[in-house]
Amino acid sequence: MSEKFLQLKNVEVVYTSGGDIVHAVNGVSFDLEKGETLGLVGETGAGKTTIARAILRILPNPPAIFKGGEIILDGQNLVELSENEMLKIRGDKIAMIFQDPMTALNPLMTIGDQILEVLMLHNSYSKEEGHKRVVEILEMVGIPGERYVEYPHQFSGGMKQRVVIAMALACDPELLLADEPTTALDVTIQAQVLEMINDLKKKLNTSMILITHDLGVVAQTCDNVAVIYAGQIVEYAEKVELFDHPQHPYTLGLFGSLPEMNEGAERLKPIDGMPPDPTNLPKGCPFNPRCPHATEKCFGTIPYQETAPGHFTRCVMDFKQEGEKK
Amino acid sequence: MSKKEFSGAPLIEVSHLKKYFNVPAGVNHAVDDISFTIHKGETVGVVGESGCGKSTLGRTIIRLLEATDGTVLLNGKDITHVKGKELKEVREQVQIVFQDPYSSLNARMNINSTIMEPLKRSGRYKGKKELAEKANELMDLVGIDERLRNAYPHELDGGRRQRVGIARALALEPHFIVCDEPVSALDVSIQAQVLNLLMDLQDQMGMAYMFVTHDLSVVRHISDNICVMYLGQLVEKCSTEELFANNLHPYTKALLSAIPTTDVHHPMQRIQLKGEITSPINPKPGCRFASRCPYATAACSEPQELTEVSKNHFVSCCRVAEIN
Amino acid sequence: MAEAKKKKKKSRFMDTFSRIFETPTAKLGGILLVIIVVLCVGEPLFTKYSPNEMDMTNMFCKPNADHWCGTDNLGRDQWSRLLYGGRYSLALGIIGSLFAAVGGTGLGVIAGYFGGQVENLLMRFCDIWTAIPGTLLCIVISTALGSGFFNTILALSIGAIPNGARMTRGQILAERTKEYLEAAEAMNCSKLSIMFRHLLPNVISPTIVGTTMGIGATITQAATLSYIGLGVQPPNPEWGAMLSAGKNYVMSYPYLLLFPGLAIGFTTLAINLMGDGLRDALDPKLRK
Repeated sequence: MSEKFLQLKNVEVVYTSGGDIVHAVNGVSFDLEKGETLGLVGETGAGKTTIARAILRILPNPPAIFKGGEIILDGQNLVELSENEMLKIRGDKIAMIFQDPMTALNPLMTIGDQILEVLMLHNSYSKEEGHKRVVEILEMVGIPGERYVEYPHQFSGGMKQRVVIAMALACDPELLLADEPTTALDVTIQAQVLEMINDLKKKLNTSMILITHDLGVVAQTCDNVAVIYAGQIVEYAEKVELFDHPQHPYTLGLFGSLPEMNEGAERLKPIDGMPPDPTNLPKGCPFNPRCPHATEKCFGTIPYQETAPGHFTRCVMDFKQEGEKK
Repeated sequence: MSKKEFSGAPLIEVSHLKKYFNVPAGVNHAVDDISFTIHKGETVGVVGESGCGKSTLGRTIIRLLEATDGTVLLNGKDITHVKGKELKEVREQVQIVFQDPYSSLNARMNINSTIMEPLKRSGRYKGKKELAEKANELMDLVGIDERLRNAYPHELDGGRRQRVGIARALALEPHFIVCDEPVSALDVSIQAQVLNLLMDLQDQMGMAYMFVTHDLSVVRHISDNICVMYLGQLVEKCSTEELFANNLHPYTKALLSAIPTTDVHHPMQRIQLKGEITSPINPKPGCRFASRCPYATAACSEPQELTEVSKNHFVSCCRVAEIN
Repeated sequence: MAEAKKKKKKSRFMDTFSRIFETPTAKLGGILLVIIVVLCVGEPLFTKYSPNEMDMTNMFCKPNADHWCGTDNLGRDQWSRLLYGGRYSLALGIIGSLFAAVGGTGLGVIAGYFGGQVENLLMRFCDIWTAIPGTLLCIVISTALGSGFFNTILALSIGAIPNGARMTRGQILAERTKEYLEAAEAMNCSKLSIMFRHLLPNVISPTIVGTTMGIGATITQAATLSYIGLGVQPPNPEWGAMLSAGKNYVMSYPYLLLFPGLAIGFTTLAINLMGDGLRDALDPKLRK
């Protein structure tokens, strides 16, 4: 379990848009172990999807520019690979599940053929073997093998997302990037799909990065959680630790905004203001304009401190002391 | 949540409302025989999954869609088929806040004109100055900064756009607002701001809400009473506390168990549902949930009645006594 | 803040108008069009000869200091004819395209907004309409109505209406499910107001671009009519008519074709550049 399977070191990505520079990802570092699920939580525009795209090297260029950092997968720095070498890794070692199952499938191909296509890119099966393998994969995600010959429009939303997941799993990837895989689905269907992802992950020992804005989904599926704000990890901890002892004011604000965690409260305690403009980030801590505890120190360099074993927070506050006081 | 009591004549009384759509595959029973009441100052949550007809219900009540059958009373007056001037009067009393803050505002109209539009239409305000004053008052009320008032919708983020949508709905001081998933397209922190705004406005102005959503935690936070819908029909109706403490219908149970909770110490115990939501097109008589229900028996293929099992708690399930 | 207030004062029309010329290309188009219009309208000021004055001693004159664009087979000064004819060509092209655009957009909005049977009827009618070749339709209408200026415009625009209707309806199909239309209905806007105040501004951009592109085509269409003796009547010049007259001499006197061709080309270019500017100006998303 303890081998570092994926390491991100100081990844920085910017977008250029009409002369402005959008600072999408600003020095993100984290490690991911084999079989681990990391949840990336944050609001729209926080840079979650950009991180996943940077790992897979599918950033649209232009306007995106990979400014710096290292992405090391199994000892191999993906940043230095050629496009051809990357092709072998995509789909085979790393696969991605996109948010919208409705647009991720080609409406003119049967779902079986679509999975077969991905399969054949990285394997040299005979036609019968390939077909057999596709049926196996379909059954693994809970779709009867007979539906091989059906077209996407014959599937419901939840079933389509299963097909998308089946495609991603076709080549037994070691790393799965799931970008809001259940956001487009209804709750009862979401529960089915999440359960399926959890089961498959356990069976195949796949590592996963789960991108979501839904803290409930994180609580139910992840091992570790990284909270992203304005392209930075502001807090990183083991799931239970994070939910029991959130430290960063932004994380606290997120929890205060959830109706579910504030049962019985007359009013929610939302975070004031809006997320910052990524072309013009505030000096120092990007959260300082909205932070109820902001002091002068927040405009300087912000330390990324380990406040408890395995619990990192990017904030000037002294959490250790506070803990002792309590 | 403070427990409010609502008595007296209801503001909105929906009885046996039906809305059918003709589609190529047959007749879509989007809203099928729904009855409930909403009192002044009350918030009724309507929950259900996509395609269950909850948005259609809201739109039919406020006359954006014509009802196929049944009646809607507003302050005791039948508004189901009113026309012309009477319809105009109804429209000033009932309003809607939409789900999608992107498509619900006209991209070619700036914020100020968007909010002035209903004011102009009503003919209540004379002169440009009076109009502008009222519009500014509304924008202050929902918290739209002065510098944004001449901006166009695309310059605003989702939360602010939703505030504009709320200001537009409030313009003529309606008694009843249908909120059609007003926060589901927003980020969590912004969602909380908008929910608080809606609740503050209700405290100030005393209008009633019908809050349509698929998010049970939101509905629990804001509603006094909740209706659970499944494929066009009401399956359970009771107060919010009662629904979360003592839910009776198998679908409600399954729905509640499917929400991923943020409680990390108690992993969710999901009630396994077979299959997916079936289609509301040409449904068979009987309980529409039966095909997915773990308790279904032959009796479930008979038409179900919404019956009061305890005070103000209605369930549409023939096996309710045996299951619970 | 003071600047922002100043901006508010500008009416929406003036704001849009000034924004048309924000881009350099639109500015170029505008300047070009102004020059062309001034030259055509003020024709007598810029020419030495009357457009229909024949000079049999000076037939097929090459462009020179006296006759800037040469003379034609009857010794008429090409430069004068070009400017004088421009009045007809520009008026026919612009008014004809405008007529087509208004008619097409109106039909398209009605079809798109109401949907159902109304849409079916209108669009099938448009199908039949487009099945008739454009030029043929033009000739038929022109023959039936006679050859006046207004009749020619009618003949030119009617054939182009179905295209505009189709384009507008296509745009509306994507737009009509949006909730702001329901919001407008909920606040008591009449159907007419929803169609033309709310819906139209959101679907008009492609029509504007299509219309400006169409002006060039309408000018050539007008030329076809004058060529077969309908439309503008000889001896009055018109760019299209000049083109068809010059084509008989293309091998020996290519300049007879070159100058009317250039005139049509430049006019179309100027209008297209301005059309792009107008489309951007109408889109609040591109506002700085």
